[in-house]
Amino acid sequence: MAKKQLITATINGEQREFACEPRQSLLEALRDGLQLTGAKEGCNNGNCGACTVLLDGEPVVSCLVLAVEAEGAEIETVEGIAAGGKLQPLQQCFLEGAALQCGVCTPGFLMTTKALLDRIPHPSEEEIRFQLAGNLCRCTGYDKIVRAVQAAAEGEQT
Amino acid sequence: MQDFDYAAPISTNDAVRLLSDPSQKSVVLAGGTDILVLLRERRRRATLVVDVKKIAELNELAMTAEGGLFLGAAVSCSRIYREAAIAQNYSALVDAVKIIGGWQIQSRATVGGNLCNASPAADSIPPLAIYDAVAEIATHSGRRQMPVAEFCTGVCKNVLARGELLVAIIFPPHPKLSGAAYQRFIPRNEMDIAVANAASYLELDKAGKIQKARIVLGAVAPTAVRASAAEESLVGQEPNEELFAIAGELAQQAASPIDDMRGTVEYRQHLCSVLSRRTLTIAAERAAANK
Ligand SMILES: Cc1cc2nc3c(=O)[nH]c(=O)nc-3n(C[C@H](O)[C@H](O)[C@H](O)COP(=O)(O)OP(=O)(O)OC[C@H]3O[C@@H](n4cnc5c(N)ncnc54)[C@H](O)[C@@H]3O)c2cc1C
Ligand code: FES
Ligand code: FES
Repeated sequence: MAKKQLITATINGEQREFACEPRQSLLEALRDGLQLTGAKEGCNNGNCGACTVLLDGEPVVSCLVLAVEAEGAEIETVEGIAAGGKLQPLQQCFLEGAALQCGVCTPGFLMTTKALLDRIPHPSEEEIRFQLAGNLCRCTGYDKIVRAVQAAAEGEQT
Repeated sequence: MQDFDYAAPISTNDAVRLLSDPSQKSVVLAGGTDILVLLRERRRRATLVVDVKKIAELNELAMTAEGGLFLGAAVSCSRIYREAAIAQNYSALVDAVKIIGGWQIQSRATVGGNLCNASPAADSIPPLAIYDAVAEIATHSGRRQMPVAEFCTGVCKNVLARGELLVAIIFPPHPKLSGAAYQRFIPRNEMDIAVANAASYLELDKAGKIQKARIVLGAVAPTAVRASAAEESLVGQEPNEELFAIAGELAQQAASPIDDMRGTVEYRQHLCSVLSRRTLTIAAERAAANK
């Protein structure tokens, strides 16, 4: 068995250390090592987006990143977006817009959407659908998700 | 996932040394969007994974002294399409990197990895080929360069020998009055493997006639193929839809596709003709605008 390595990364603004084997994915390290179970395992091969986190500000599928690759990186997970126990407007919009059913895809959608609104504060519907194409949902039919993202974008105007 | 060791060298020489270590079965990790899937599914074996993302040279994205483009093998797709100068000068490459997987894949996936993986349907390979891009390869005895068009030798096979590393892809300068475009056909709107794809490049003379034409088709043979007869039919002519329709018909003869669940032979041939025609039309518009 390859030796465990000690990795230091900034996770949700806090410097964290964790041990992992080289073969472990970032998703496994977050869920099993750090008890951050927000990122979900859907397909484990990059297709569904349920495991999306932000790595140095970019959305990535954490099932296709090795935990050892995160050395020195800045990682944001869904646990980090609600401040002081209060939901972020984006989360509120998903909740109020009923943009989830079983909820497995939701953390991934929230993280990609956060990255999208950081870059394009007022995306068109086409931009929303194109940029969120890497997140799959088996339940909602997507329309409510798109509306929730639009509502969040409008909220940011006021 | 199978057990392996991990190394992240910071120089090309160290990477080549690790990759040639006879006591290891090593693989290169760039974005990992192909290799991690293969390792997890045990379609590839490794005892050492060599992450090349920390090597400065492989992260370089810059204009060359000659006015071309140096694209380091570890540069991600999203970094490429955020550079305005690349979108302007190498638009067919940008057409491709914008549709490789979704955003999460583009944040990690590299054009170097897309080329080395050598899938017949890879999106970046036809654009690289129409630009006459060159692959720079590091070996234990030094460097060598070869045309990207000769890099892939079969389905998921390339020219790299054990211990060799793709360092960069180098594009020649982009002349005035030239333009290019890439398109693929997929059943969904986003995120799927091409049933067929095509890239076209046109260079016009001052009178507006076609001086040079290149058309490369993907997903319709074990490697990307040049549609030479279609290219010849264009040279010396004035660009127009009728001409492009004829070129499209000729282009489909270069294809030797297979029947599979994604499409039949006839369907793929038809797509070659349509995609050639459409990419030629866009390439001509872009060439005329590039004064
Ligand atoms: C969900 C999903 C969607 C995808 N969609 C698309 C798509 O639409 N179009 C498409 O073309 N592909 C697609 N792919 C495949 C993949 O993302 C691309 O092929 C990508 O460009 C590979 O780049 P990478 O850096 O991730 O490669 P890696 O996985 O790191 O490497 C790929 C292969 O090349 C070798 N390698 C990498 N870099 C070097 C180097 N510098 N020198 C020598 N060998 C090297 C590796 O050892 C490996 O064998 C998709 C993959 C996933 C998971
Ligand atoms: S679990 Fe990572 S993309 Fe599906
Ligand atoms: S709400 Fe169930 S997968 Fe999206």
